[in-house]
Amino acid sequence: MNTRSYTPFAKLLHWAMALLILGLFVVGFLMHDLPLSPWKLKVYSWHKWAGVTAFLLVLARLAWRLGHRPPELPEAIPRATRALAHAGHGLLYLLMIAVPLSGWLMSSAKGFQTVYFGLLPIPDLLAKNKELGDLLHEVHESLNLLVVALVVAHVAAALKHHFVDRDDILVRMLPGRKPS
Amino acid sequence: MKRLASILIPTLMLTVAPAAHAVEYKTVQADKSRLSFGYRQMGVAMDGRFSRFTVQLAFDPARPAAARAVMEVELASIDAGSAEANDEVAGKEWFNSKAFPVARFVADAVKPLGGNRYEVHGKLTIKGHTQAVVAPATLTPQAGAAAFDGAFQIKRADFAIGEGAWADFGTVANEISIKFHILASAGK
Repeated sequence: MNTRSYTPFAKLLHWAMALLILGLFVVGFLMHDLPLSPWKLKVYSWHKWAGVTAFLLVLARLAWRLGHRPPELPEAIPRATRALAHAGHGLLYLLMIAVPLSGWLMSSAKGFQTVYFGLLPIPDLLAKNKELGDLLHEVHESLNLLVVALVVAHVAAALKHHFVDRDDILVRMLPGRKPS
Repeated sequence: MKRLASILIPTLMLTVAPAAHAVEYKTVQADKSRLSFGYRQMGVAMDGRFSRFTVQLAFDPARPAAARAVMEVELASIDAGSAEANDEVAGKEWFNSKAFPVARFVADAVKPLGGNRYEVHGKLTIKGHTQAVVAPATLTPQAGAAAFDGAFQIKRADFAIGEGAWADFGTVANEISIKFHILASAGK
C-alpha cells in the first residue's frame, strides 16, 4: 500500500505551522503570569506578531490547499474513520483562523492595538471595552484548549497509523520523502 | 482639592463701560477639563489620563506678561491603560507616588504668538526633578468661559520616570506627549 506523499511546500507549511502553534501556545500560556516588566511587554508583542504570522500562514495554506488536493487516504480506512479525520482537519483549520482572530479582537478590546513587528498597525475592529476584553480573553483561552484537544487527537491518530495500522499516513507528511 | 482659577479678561467682550465691567474667569470646571498623555510601547501608540488635578489661573489676554498659572496633578489618579499598568507606575521605578504624590507645573512667562495663540513657559516638577518646559496653547473664548488647549512633549528620563529595567526606551519610549484642555468659567 503506497499512497502519494504530500508536496514539499505542503509539508513546509504543515511543520512551520506546527512549530509556530506550539511556540505560540507555550508562550501564551506562560506569559499571562509574568510580572509587568519590559520583558513581559516584549513577550506579549512577540506573541502577537507570531499570531499574526500564523494567521497569514493559515490563509496561505488554505489557498494552497484549495488548488492542491491532498494525497488520498489508504483504501483500508473505513468510511466513518475518514469522515472523522476530515471533520478533525476541518475543525483544526477553523481554529487556526478563529484563535488569532479572537486574540486580535481581545487586544483591541483591552486597548492594546496590534502593531505587526512594531511597524504595521493592524486596525482595531473593536473599541476599548473592559468587559468585552475579559470575555474575549475567555474565548481565546477556551478556543486554545480546544486546539490542544484536537492536536493531541491529531498526533495520537498519526502515531496509531504508524505503529498500529502500519500504514504511511505519518511518513507521507515527514520531510525528505519525495512525492511518489 | 478644588481650587479657584480666575482669569481676568477686562476687554474681551464689547461692553458699554469696559473699565467698569471686567469679565473674570474664576473657576476651572474640573468635569470639563482634561489632562491626557500619549506614548509608544513596543511601537504601539498608547494613551492615558489623570482624572484629578487642580489649576490656579490668572490670565488677561491684554496683559499676558502678568499671567499666572499653577497646575497640580494627583499622580495616583492616573489611568495608564490597564489596572496592571496603573499599579506599576505608582511604584518606585516610575512615579514613586507615595514619596512624590503630586506633579506640579508653574508658569513663569506667557508669550503672545499672535491671535489667540500663546506660548507658556514654566517649570515642571515630577518625582523631585524640575525641568523647564514650553507649551504652546490656544485660548478659545466660549459663552461665559474660556478653554485653554495645549500640548507639549517631555522626556520621561529627565524626571527619572521609569528607572532600572524600564529605562529601556525600546519598550516604552522616552518621549511622552502631554495634552491639556482647561475650561474656566467666568464670574465677576
